[in-house]
Amino acid sequence: MPTDTAVKRSVPKIALWSVLVPLLNVIVHSAIFIFLRDSELNPVVYAILAILWGVAGVYTIYWSLNWVIEQYSDTWKRRIQPFLFIGPAIGLLGWLLLIPTIRTLIMSFQDETSSKFVGFANYAAVFTNRLLVTALRNNLLWVVFGATACILLGLLIAVLADRSSFEKLAKAIIFMPMAISFVAAGVIWKFIYYYQPGDEQIGLLNAIVVWFGGEPQAWTSSYQPWNNLFLILILIWMQTGFAMVILSAALKGVPEDILEAARMDGAGEFRIFFRIIIPYISTTLLSVTTTVIVFTLKIFDVVMVMTGGQYDTEVVATQFYRQFFMYQNFGYGSTLAIVLLIAVIPVIVFNLRQIRKQGEI
Amino acid sequence: MKRKRSRRTGSKALVNTVLTIICLIWLIPTLGLFVSSFRPASEILGSGWWTVAPHRENVTKDQIQLPKDTDLRQPVQVEGQTYTDEQLRSGVKAPDGSTLVWENRRARLLNVQEPGWVANTNFTLDNYEGVLTGKTYKLKQADGSERTEKGSNMSRAFLNTIVVSIPATVIPILIASFAAYAFAWLKFPLRKTLFVVVIMLLVVPLQVALIPVSNDFASLGLNGNFLGIWIAHAGFGLPLATYFMYSYISQLPKDLFESAYMDGATNFTIFTRLILPLAVPSIASISIFQFLWVWNDYLVSLIFLGGQEEVQVLSMRIANMVGSRGDAWHLLTAAAFVSMLMPLAVFFGLQRYFVRGLLGGSVKG
Repeated sequence: MPTDTAVKRSVPKIALWSVLVPLLNVIVHSAIFIFLRDSELNPVVYAILAILWGVAGVYTIYWSLNWVIEQYSDTWKRRIQPFLFIGPAIGLLGWLLLIPTIRTLIMSFQDETSSKFVGFANYAAVFTNRLLVTALRNNLLWVVFGATACILLGLLIAVLADRSSFEKLAKAIIFMPMAISFVAAGVIWKFIYYYQPGDEQIGLLNAIVVWFGGEPQAWTSSYQPWNNLFLILILIWMQTGFAMVILSAALKGVPEDILEAARMDGAGEFRIFFRIIIPYISTTLLSVTTTVIVFTLKIFDVVMVMTGGQYDTEVVATQFYRQFFMYQNFGYGSTLAIVLLIAVIPVIVFNLRQIRKQGEI
Repeated sequence: MKRKRSRRTGSKALVNTVLTIICLIWLIPTLGLFVSSFRPASEILGSGWWTVAPHRENVTKDQIQLPKDTDLRQPVQVEGQTYTDEQLRSGVKAPDGSTLVWENRRARLLNVQEPGWVANTNFTLDNYEGVLTGKTYKLKQADGSERTEKGSNMSRAFLNTIVVSIPATVIPILIASFAAYAFAWLKFPLRKTLFVVVIMLLVVPLQVALIPVSNDFASLGLNGNFLGIWIAHAGFGLPLATYFMYSYISQLPKDLFESAYMDGATNFTIFTRLILPLAVPSIASISIFQFLWVWNDYLVSLIFLGGQEEVQVLSMRIANMVGSRGDAWHLLTAAAFVSMLMPLAVFFGLQRYFVRGLLGGSVKG
């Protein structure tokens, strides 16, 4: 079948196109790239041009290269085409994630300017230097208190919402904070924790404390290390909605006849909850937990906005930023990044297992 | 999907009450921000935002002008009673039940206050004007004096955030869809290995990539401009977008592809004419997730956009304001609310897609 069409195509012509089209793509897009990089256009014009290029440009690359491949014989087409489809994705992933991970790993064994190898010295420093150890300890606090509270509260609210008369509204209210940025949430809560000397407190928390006859406090800076809990509260406020929505979907999947049968046997609601519902949703519970933990491990914005890492609230991600950007210590910076990576490895393994179970690979 | 559940109605009231309390706790922080952003600067610092609701408070009913030469170091005579200056500063009860307090100590003007119902319902749009424009404006202070302040020009940051967010959403999702199609329906060597790599990269913390990528960008001249941050967001968003699109595209029926092949369609036309239109709901979900992720992002813009004002996005501007003007609450509340407009609009307008995208996207590194 391929013979008579393939014969009509002349090999030199195809070879010419195969060189010319990619070359043309490189030239045109490099030109646009340099033009956009160096031009000083009005931001609106710039935005429109950029969006057009982003969408149309990427599409044209695929389209033009595909056109060249369509000229090949069917066997070669079948061989090459998949690589056109996945090529850009793999290229970007390799450049921006996969290779950097390896480079960071190597840098974590080098000194601060990445000029000579120092063995495990950076790792030793991470686990002994006071600042860095504080960051590790705080991350642990975040995971232990933050993640646990998110899951438990999420489960509680999911159960309550399921039995209430305004399920949709309640879920929307609890879920809403997930839409906004941590920076905005930081402002919201900074205002709640705001402390000013004197009687008139405009921060809600201090106003409540004063109303009950207590002394107003600077919540995010006093009582170290418990001031961390006030930052963790923000995470709970934002992430509980996530746990709730997923757990709520799982709860609705528990078959009604099992619950009915248990009730017939005289089991109480609590017993049913712990003996039937919890085991039934355990897989979902586990995956929600891992997701929230991963999220909590990488916490950065909240701490930056609330305290900037002062008052012993530094976490690994903020300490990473400080080492990398302010002290230019690539050794410590990359070691902290690798510590985060090691912490999520169990989750990576878990994800791979889940996907293998679903038979997707 | 409605199901009948047999439940004792007695506990339902309790459930509703508890849930209402939780919902109120969840709402109050945002409400406080929202209300405060409309209050005049001087009032935000003078009274809590909750005082906009009617409440009992001492209200000035009358004023007493003392002789201008009253010596405040001596006990002060007011309507037959003597008070010290100290007492009058913090407010003191007169025999008739009213409270006496200085209105203007230097002018020797006293307020006579009695408890009554009040609500601070002074609202203004000045905060938003101050935050959005770059113009200078006048600000009334608590003591009545005026101060000029330069606007924060947030509208520029708002525009920048849009310029960053739209391409940083469209580019990775287009690339990811192509890849997802190949992973799902084309045969090629290393297919499984490459897909495993994508899955592994799903939860890899961004920090792991930031130092080398930032070094690369510096040598390519990509730091501090939009192009760099699009590429960065595209790369960081790809694993999730690919996985998300894959889980939809791989579930499509096989016959669909076979009949299209029979009609002589190429992979490219099948993908662009058949798959993309079919996948619109999935694309919408993942786009919303990626868009909001980019919109709300702080870390990536902090590292790749740097400090110049022309390119700064909303989150950076607000974080800077928190650092430099931590108690300018009239600006901070309005600015934070401006940054929340888009996410809230998306949340309330496209809730269905939003939740789906978020649930699928929750694993993102």
